[in-house]
Amino acid sequence: MHHKPSGGQLRKPSRSTKSLPVMGSDHTSGVVSFPPLQTYSEEESMMKDAVKKYAQERIAPFVSKMDENSAMDEEVIKSLFEQGLMGIEIDPEYGGTGSSFFASILVIEELAKVDPSVSVLCDIQNTLINVLFTKLGTPAQKEKYLSHLSTDMIGSFCLSEAESGSDAFALKTRAEKHKDFYVINGSKMWISNAEHAGVFLVMANVNPSAGYRGITCFIVDRETEGLEIGRKENKLGLRASSTCPVNFDNVKVPESNILGEIGHGYKYAIGMLNEGRIGIAAQMVGLAQGCFDHTVPYTRQRVQFGKRIFDFQGMQHQIAHVATQIEAARLLTYNAARLKEAGRPFIKEACMAKYFSAEVATLTTSKCIEWMGGVGFTKDYPIEKYYRDCKIGTIYEGTTNIQLSTMAKFIDKEFEQ
Amino acid sequence: MSGRVLVGVKRVIDYAVKIRVKPDHSGVVTDGVKHSMNPFCEIAVEEAVKLKEKKLMKEVVVVSCGPQQSQETIRTALAMGADRGIHVEVSGKDYETLGPLQVSKILAALAKKEDAQLIILGKQAIDDDCNQTGQMTAALLDWPQGTFASEVSLEKDGIKVVREIDGGLETIKISTPAVLTADLRLNTPRYATLPNIMKAKKKKIANVKPADLGVDLTSRLEVLRVDEPPQRQAGMKVETVDDLVSKLKDAGKV
Repeated sequence: MHHKPSGGQLRKPSRSTKSLPVMGSDHTSGVVSFPPLQTYSEEESMMKDAVKKYAQERIAPFVSKMDENSAMDEEVIKSLFEQGLMGIEIDPEYGGTGSSFFASILVIEELAKVDPSVSVLCDIQNTLINVLFTKLGTPAQKEKYLSHLSTDMIGSFCLSEAESGSDAFALKTRAEKHKDFYVINGSKMWISNAEHAGVFLVMANVNPSAGYRGITCFIVDRETEGLEIGRKENKLGLRASSTCPVNFDNVKVPESNILGEIGHGYKYAIGMLNEGRIGIAAQMVGLAQGCFDHTVPYTRQRVQFGKRIFDFQGMQHQIAHVATQIEAARLLTYNAARLKEAGRPFIKEACMAKYFSAEVATLTTSKCIEWMGGVGFTKDYPIEKYYRDCKIGTIYEGTTNIQLSTMAKFIDKEFEQ
Repeated sequence: MSGRVLVGVKRVIDYAVKIRVKPDHSGVVTDGVKHSMNPFCEIAVEEAVKLKEKKLMKEVVVVSCGPQQSQETIRTALAMGADRGIHVEVSGKDYETLGPLQVSKILAALAKKEDAQLIILGKQAIDDDCNQTGQMTAALLDWPQGTFASEVSLEKDGIKVVREIDGGLETIKISTPAVLTADLRLNTPRYATLPNIMKAKKKKIANVKPADLGVDLTSRLEVLRVDEPPQRQAGMKVETVDDLVSKLKDAGKV
């Protein structure tokens, strides 16, 4: 029934992955039904509900305190592992949940509705650290790390430095080869989860004269001599998520600690950040929704001039506009996730999702404070925290400008004759 | 001794949903409304799974009577640790009139078929608040019952049940096989962890029809009308006790 079109690429049709919903297809009349993007498999649905309940009961009570103290509660971290939220895609053979990328996205979104800091901890572990080990790890490396990553160990990804953020490949951390080990020297900055991480994936250059083609990914255990975690940053938002400088002073790592191939680190970083940005998009969508869900009930209760403030047309129009933006951001995110799972090109869409969701989070939180009036401006209500938390969305894992430039490159190519 | 526990779970409107009565007053709106497992049923499942973990029982079989969607409720119980499920298919008009009498007949038949040693149910469902199924099931089977249980201990010569009653707590000892119904303080139900949700996918759910169990679903009750509770009237402030008494007298309350 299918034949290759003359010339051009045959795009592989989307095959059901284990997370895709069952598509109704009537073979007799050849009619196939396409479910809406917000269709989940039974397992995804159950996970969403389970995480929602867990987040409401086990994380919500700690959110305010964690933000104020700029510290993630140990109990919260422990319960994330217990619930199986830190190894969502890891094979059950290594103690993971063995579920899909889309399930991770749903979990990240649900967590962000309650606390974006907890969400980013879960996001980095699942979309960056676990993916790198799963895709690139040797059997020995997987054996050593995956079972810990799914049950009790947090990982951190070290790419950025003081002098290289967007210009990631200008990184200066050096890894010098000696016989069968390397010595790493340098300083990384803005490293999330560093306070609690047990393992660090460090991008260092083994051959600076080769430029970015010398960048290599090293696995460095926390206790390695010479690895020093600096004082955590005092941040505007996402305060419960530790962000620290990490210094490497003659840190010795065996050759067997190289993840993947020498000089291929830059590829891994790009590849992984492409997926990671869908995770951040999900975090921003959750953040926006969580903020919105706290605000609308207030507008339905607060009465001024004899009616609910929700009943003023000006308010209704603003609220409806924001709701539309959130829905659009969610659909971009879900679609990017499903594209990735289907093995189809997804980078442009992932950039769009991250860029748009971060903007929507900024718009939503700003408006929500306005709708809440004076109380929105106080720390007694959770709204101002969402407002502070959202800003990082336009900055980390690829700034908005970088996303836009990447998209433009794709668009340029699309119009190439 | 089979070591088998039968747990009944009911799919009800989620406790957080604001209930609305249908315009024709025939019932409440259920279309498009969020449903979940009855909270007391969750407690029942938790207790059964705990007994299995303590190796006092060997297998937890969870049962639900209802339409296709009841399978979701069974899956949730499987994700909490139940071993397998039985979905008794009841839909349409039969489902609308399904009540404790029919469910208890079904449970009694299943208990015999599955050679169950223990039946654990929630004390009541939060939609109809009947608080009858456990008691009726025990009567049909001629088994002892430990209802409103806030503590259950399996001992060599029977089951010790601490019951929450109006006057306080009552401790009884009953022989097995028996029916228990769970009250609020019996335990705190666990969350379905993500790995357990995945494992639940592989667990079996058998489909059974009430007719296969020889159960007649005819209802002996007819719902005439459903209304919302009367609107709460505004209160009134008074200055003195005398004022209060005279106002009460005027209203015919004293």
